[in-house]
Amino acid sequence: MALLSLEKVSVAYENQYILQNFDLSVEKGQLISLLGPSGCGKTTTLRLIAGFLEAKEGKFLLNGKDYTRIPVNKRNFGFVFQNYALFPHLSVYDNVAFGLRLRKVKEPEIRQRVTKVLDAVSLAGFEQRFPKALSGGQRQRVAIARALVIEPDLLLFDEPLSNLDANLRVSMRVEIRRIQQELGITTIYVSHDQEECFSISDRVAIMNKGIIEQLDRPAAIFKYPKTEFVARFIGFNNFIDFEQRSDSGDEIELKAKDRIFRAVRHPGMSGANGRKGAIRPDDIVVGTPEEIEAGVGCLTGRVKVSTFLGRSYQYVVETELGSFTANKEMESPFLSGQEVRLFFPREKLVLVE
Amino acid sequence: MQENNRGLGLFTLLVYLFLLGPLVIIALSSFEPGTVLKFPPTGFSLRWYQKIFEVEMFMKTFKTSMAVSLLGNLFALLLGIPAAYALSRFPFKGKDALNAVFLSPVLIPGIVLGFTMLKFLIVTYHLPIYTGLLVGHTVVMLPFIIRVVESSLANFDFAVEEAALSLGAGRLQTFFRVVLPNIKSGIIAAVLIAFLESFNNVDISVFMTGPGVSTLPIQMLTYVENYFDPTIAAISVLLMALTAVLMFVIERLMGLSYFTKR
Ligand SMILES: Nc1ncnc2c1ncn2[C@@H]1O[C@H](COP(=O)(O)OP(=O)(O)OP(=O)(O)O)[C@@H](O)[C@H]1O
Ligand SMILES: [Mg+2]
Repeated sequence: MALLSLEKVSVAYENQYILQNFDLSVEKGQLISLLGPSGCGKTTTLRLIAGFLEAKEGKFLLNGKDYTRIPVNKRNFGFVFQNYALFPHLSVYDNVAFGLRLRKVKEPEIRQRVTKVLDAVSLAGFEQRFPKALSGGQRQRVAIARALVIEPDLLLFDEPLSNLDANLRVSMRVEIRRIQQELGITTIYVSHDQEECFSISDRVAIMNKGIIEQLDRPAAIFKYPKTEFVARFIGFNNFIDFEQRSDSGDEIELKAKDRIFRAVRHPGMSGANGRKGAIRPDDIVVGTPEEIEAGVGCLTGRVKVSTFLGRSYQYVVETELGSFTANKEMESPFLSGQEVRLFFPREKLVLVE
Repeated sequence: MQENNRGLGLFTLLVYLFLLGPLVIIALSSFEPGTVLKFPPTGFSLRWYQKIFEVEMFMKTFKTSMAVSLLGNLFALLLGIPAAYALSRFPFKGKDALNAVFLSPVLIPGIVLGFTMLKFLIVTYHLPIYTGLLVGHTVVMLPFIIRVVESSLANFDFAVEEAALSLGAGRLQTFFRVVLPNIKSGIIAAVLIAFLESFNNVDISVFMTGPGVSTLPIQMLTYVENYFDPTIAAISVLLMALTAVLMFVIERLMGLSYFTKR
C-alpha cells in the first residue's frame, strides 16, 4: 500500500478551485517530483501536504492515518523553501537545533544529532556562523539539515535550487538525491526544471491546470508521454491527427489523408488508445527525395525555415499534413523552398490521447 | 548651471537658517545670567538650569509626563503589536478601513481629538483625570506603534514563520521565538518615536489635564504666561537634547527614511 495518498482533494482560493478531485499516491522511500508549467498548482499541492493549506474536500492519508485536519506543527514533515527561510537571528547550529529543542530533546543528544546532520550536508565547522554570512548553496544546505534533523515522516521541497547558479544546481541536486536515498526518506519535490526532476526522481508527476496528466518513471514519461500536453511539455513538437487506426498485435497501422504510417505498440505506452501521433524533432529523418524512398511512414514537403542549432540544423517543413520540425546533423544545409522527404520511424512515433 | 547651483545653495542655507535659527537663539539665551530672556545673552551662566530643579512644579509634572508616556507606551505596545501583526499577516474584510482608523489620530488634528476625548472620557464617563490622560496618550501613541511595527513585519519574510511552524512550533511559540527577535529593533524604534510624540504632546494633554495633574509641556505653557526668565529656554534645551538623542538612536535602528516615506 502507498505510504501517502491524496484522495479526491480539492483546494480553492476565494471560491476559485486550484485543485479539484486531486489524487496522488507515493510509495515509501521514493522521491517523487511534481513538474509543470507556472501556475499549474505544484506549490499548492505541496503546501496542502505540508498543512499550510486546508483541503475543502477529500482526504490525505499517511501510513493509513488521516492527516487531513492535523495542523502543520503536529505533522512532523520537513519543508525546504525556495528562499531557504532560515532564522536570521540564530546561528547555523541553533537553526538546525530549533526543531529538536521544540521536541524537548536533551542538549547532549541535540549536539550529537546536529553535528551528524551538518556532517551529512558537508557543513561541519559552520556551526557558529549566521545565515547572513553564508552563500546561497550553504544556506540551502542548512535548510535541508534543519528539515532532516527532526527525522521527518516526509520531506517536502519547493523549488529548492531555483535561486542557485547553474553549476551549483547540478551538484546540489545530486547531493539531495544522495541524502534522500541514504536516509530512505519519502520525498516530494517541486520544480519546473525538467532536467532536475528527471535526473533525481523515482517518479515524476506532470501537472497541468491542477491535474496530474501523467505519473510515471522518468524514462517512461520521456519515451511514452500519455497525453498531448505531456508530449509537448517534454519536447515532442510534432503532432499528426490520424483518421484511422487499426491494431494488429504489436503493430499499429495509421492513416491520414490516405498516407499510411506505422507505430509500435509498447507495453509502456500508456496513451495507446489515442489517434494522435507525436514525434520529436530529433527522431524525424530528413533527406532529399533521392535519399529517402517514398513509402509507408514518409511525407514529402518543402523547407520553409532553416535554422542553425550549433550541432545540427533545424528545418520547418511544410507538408500536406501540416508543418513539421525536424533536426539533422549535416555539413551543408537544405535550402529554403527545397523539396525534402520526411520519414517517421515506427518505433519513434508515439500515440497520445 | 554653476550660477544656478549657487542660487540653490543659498536658498538651502536660508531654509536651514530659518529652521535652526530659533533653536540656536533659544539655546544661547538659556545661558543668560540676567533675570530676563535676552538675545544675544549678556554673559554665561547655568543658574537657570539649576532653577529648573528648584521649581517643584517642573519636577512634579516631569514625573507625570514620564509616567504617562512610559505607561501609555506599554499599553500602546500591548495593543499595537498584535494589531500590527494581524494587519500585516492576515487578509480580512475591512482591513483597509481598519488601517485608516489606526492612522486617524495622525490625520485628525490633535485639538479635535483632544476635545472629543475630553467630552467622552471626562465629561460623559467621569474618568479620573489621571486615567483620562493615560488613555489619551495611549491613543496618541498607538498609531505610531502600529505603523512602525507593521513596516518591520512587512520586511520579515513570512516563509520564516512557516518554517518554524513546519518544525513543530505553535503560533505563539513562533511569535515569541522567531518573529519577536527579528522585529526587536523595529519595536524599540516604535517605542522611542511614540515616546517622543507623547512626551512633547500639547494638544491632547491640554484638554486632559486638570487640577493637580499636569504634564511638563503644559506646565511650561503655564509658566511662560507668568514669568519671562530664561528657565523656559533652559528646559527647552534639555528637551531638545533628549529628542536629539532619541532621534539618533531611532536613526541607528530604522533609518530616518522611515519619516520621509509613507
Ligand atoms: N494566495 C493565493 N490566492 C489566490 N490565488 C492563488 C494564491 N496562491 C496561488 N494562487 C493561484 O493558484 C494557482 C496555482 O498556484 P501555485 O503556486 O500552486 O502554482 P505553481 O505550480 O507552484 O507555479 P510556479 O511554478 O509559478 O511556482 C495559480 O493560478 C495562482 O494564481
Ligand atoms: Mg510554485
